[in-house]
Amino acid sequence: MEAGTLRARGGPAIGDRSSRSRALDPLLRWVLTGLAALILLLIGFFFVRLFIEAKPAFDKFGYIGFVFDNNWDVSKEIFGAWPLVVGTLITSAIALVIGVPVAIATALYISELCPRGARQPLTILIELLAAVPSVVYGLWGIIVLAPKLHGVEQWLSDTFSFLPLVGGPVSIPNCFVAGLIMAIMILPIVSAISREVMATVPAQDKEAALALGATRWEMIRIAVLPYSRSGISGAAMLGLGRAIGETIAVTIVIGNAPNVPDSIFSQGYTLAAVIANEFNEAASDPTHRAALIAAGLVLFVLTLIINAIARYYVNRASRGNKRTVPTGMAG
Amino acid sequence: MTTLAPVSGRRRTVDRVSRGLTLALTVVAVLPLIFIIYYLIKEGIGAWSGDFFTTDPTGRFLGDPGGIKSAIVGTILMVALASAIAIPFGIGVALYLVEYGKGGRFANLVRYFVDVMTGVPSVVFGLFVYIVLVVTKIGGTFAGWKGSVALALLMLPVVTRTSEVVLNLVPDSLREAALALGAPRWRVVFRIVLPTALPGLVTGSLLAIARAAGETAPLLFTAAFVFGTQFDLSQRMNSLPLQIFNDVSQAQDRLVQRAWGAALTLVALVLLLSLAARLVQRRSRLA
Repeated sequence: MEAGTLRARGGPAIGDRSSRSRALDPLLRWVLTGLAALILLLIGFFFVRLFIEAKPAFDKFGYIGFVFDNNWDVSKEIFGAWPLVVGTLITSAIALVIGVPVAIATALYISELCPRGARQPLTILIELLAAVPSVVYGLWGIIVLAPKLHGVEQWLSDTFSFLPLVGGPVSIPNCFVAGLIMAIMILPIVSAISREVMATVPAQDKEAALALGATRWEMIRIAVLPYSRSGISGAAMLGLGRAIGETIAVTIVIGNAPNVPDSIFSQGYTLAAVIANEFNEAASDPTHRAALIAAGLVLFVLTLIINAIARYYVNRASRGNKRTVPTGMAG
Repeated sequence: MTTLAPVSGRRRTVDRVSRGLTLALTVVAVLPLIFIIYYLIKEGIGAWSGDFFTTDPTGRFLGDPGGIKSAIVGTILMVALASAIAIPFGIGVALYLVEYGKGGRFANLVRYFVDVMTGVPSVVFGLFVYIVLVVTKIGGTFAGWKGSVALALLMLPVVTRTSEVVLNLVPDSLREAALALGAPRWRVVFRIVLPTALPGLVTGSLLAIARAAGETAPLLFTAAFVFGTQFDLSQRMNSLPLQIFNDVSQAQDRLVQRAWGAALTLVALVLLLSLAARLVQRRSRLA
């Protein structure tokens, strides 16, 4: 072995400068760039194909008509998705109202208040919620949760009947249970991102608050929450994106009734659920199929917008004090 | 000389109540997990009888419903193929982002669209593969490999994002040392960067596999459903999530019980993968 040449075990010299070795450099570069470009192409192709396939439904019912007409009647081949849109909005709203406060509370507790030793186990437990598959939530929701909650829901429905969208009889599969399941499913991601954002609060801010005599809670209120507000909003938006797209668990527990629900305790339908549920019968009927793909497209666009807004907030929150990202290799 | 004013009773109460509330809500957040695992074990173990794992579903509504063999085989095969597509692809994109793209405009665009993909509902990925591969009848209608493609699309952003984070943690000094010895870039990538980041890459991949294994919606329109065990990925394939979904919609106790048994199997599988991911992560020298 010549002096000054470093050899890895059995391999050629690390500094091998043969022409073959040099030729591999641009090759790797172009292969990797190609893969990255493929992602962009894929998403573009994705959008165009969905649009082409959904076009017949939009041509027949109009863009506005498809989204805002309150009439989804498979037997008459009339597809106005308003009941699905309303169902999606109601269930997602329930998910956010229940899920986000709980998620923020867990994030606060884990990152600011709990004993050091409990931090890791609690984080893992919350993350395990995300590991449970959607279909298992659905199974548990319809067989265990929905029947058990029925009495409580009836009481809620009777007691708070003065509120809009509350009151009347409670059916066993219903929008509220669907929203509750969604709340459980979005909790881990909202909690994880809130925690990440809270971790970026400068220690000086917190120490300053404590030094001024603030209690722990006052420290959270004046140092942690204002600093991480934008990031928490982003986390909630990401949760909303997840909730809107949630399919299988919702299909199982919501009852799949294509009407605008009278109350949150009646059966409903969502954009995602209609696709999963009616797909089989639609395979042989072009109009119905186009309508379902159009529902998918509406869902796609909705989640795109929501995620874009969410990313903006989260990135703004963690910019500046994020872990310093290495710049990679020079040249 | 001034003395510090004691914290007033009201402020102390607010502090205590608020902290108590966060603790209570944290407990509330963990409760569903405990309930779900409790019911899975209680209802699922009963279904795990001798031939539960060794027989296929019979398709009979009444009488012996059969086991879940075809579902287990289908899930493993489809997820394996999906991983074979998504993991190299995802790590490749992450390598581009970290080693070549850096903060450039194109890299940021790619990064943004990977984030966008993370947020696309899985049912939409299923529809897409249905339109592109099933409607066009490429190699028949429904097939296991089409299910794998849908799952791979779902895994791709997860693999890319987690890999990017890990690759970013590889110290620049290692890269610079190798370059200073005259190593070409590709050798730095394969001999220095990838081996250093390996445990993290494995963790990210395992998490993506765990996510894909539990997905139902994309398989609904792509791999469809079949009772018998199928090893040929060009044919229709059963899978655990789809088996559960089909069984739970039947108002028949024995089918619902099979759903619990299959759900327990699926959750055990997913939790094992997640646990493995954590263990590998712990062995990492980075971060």
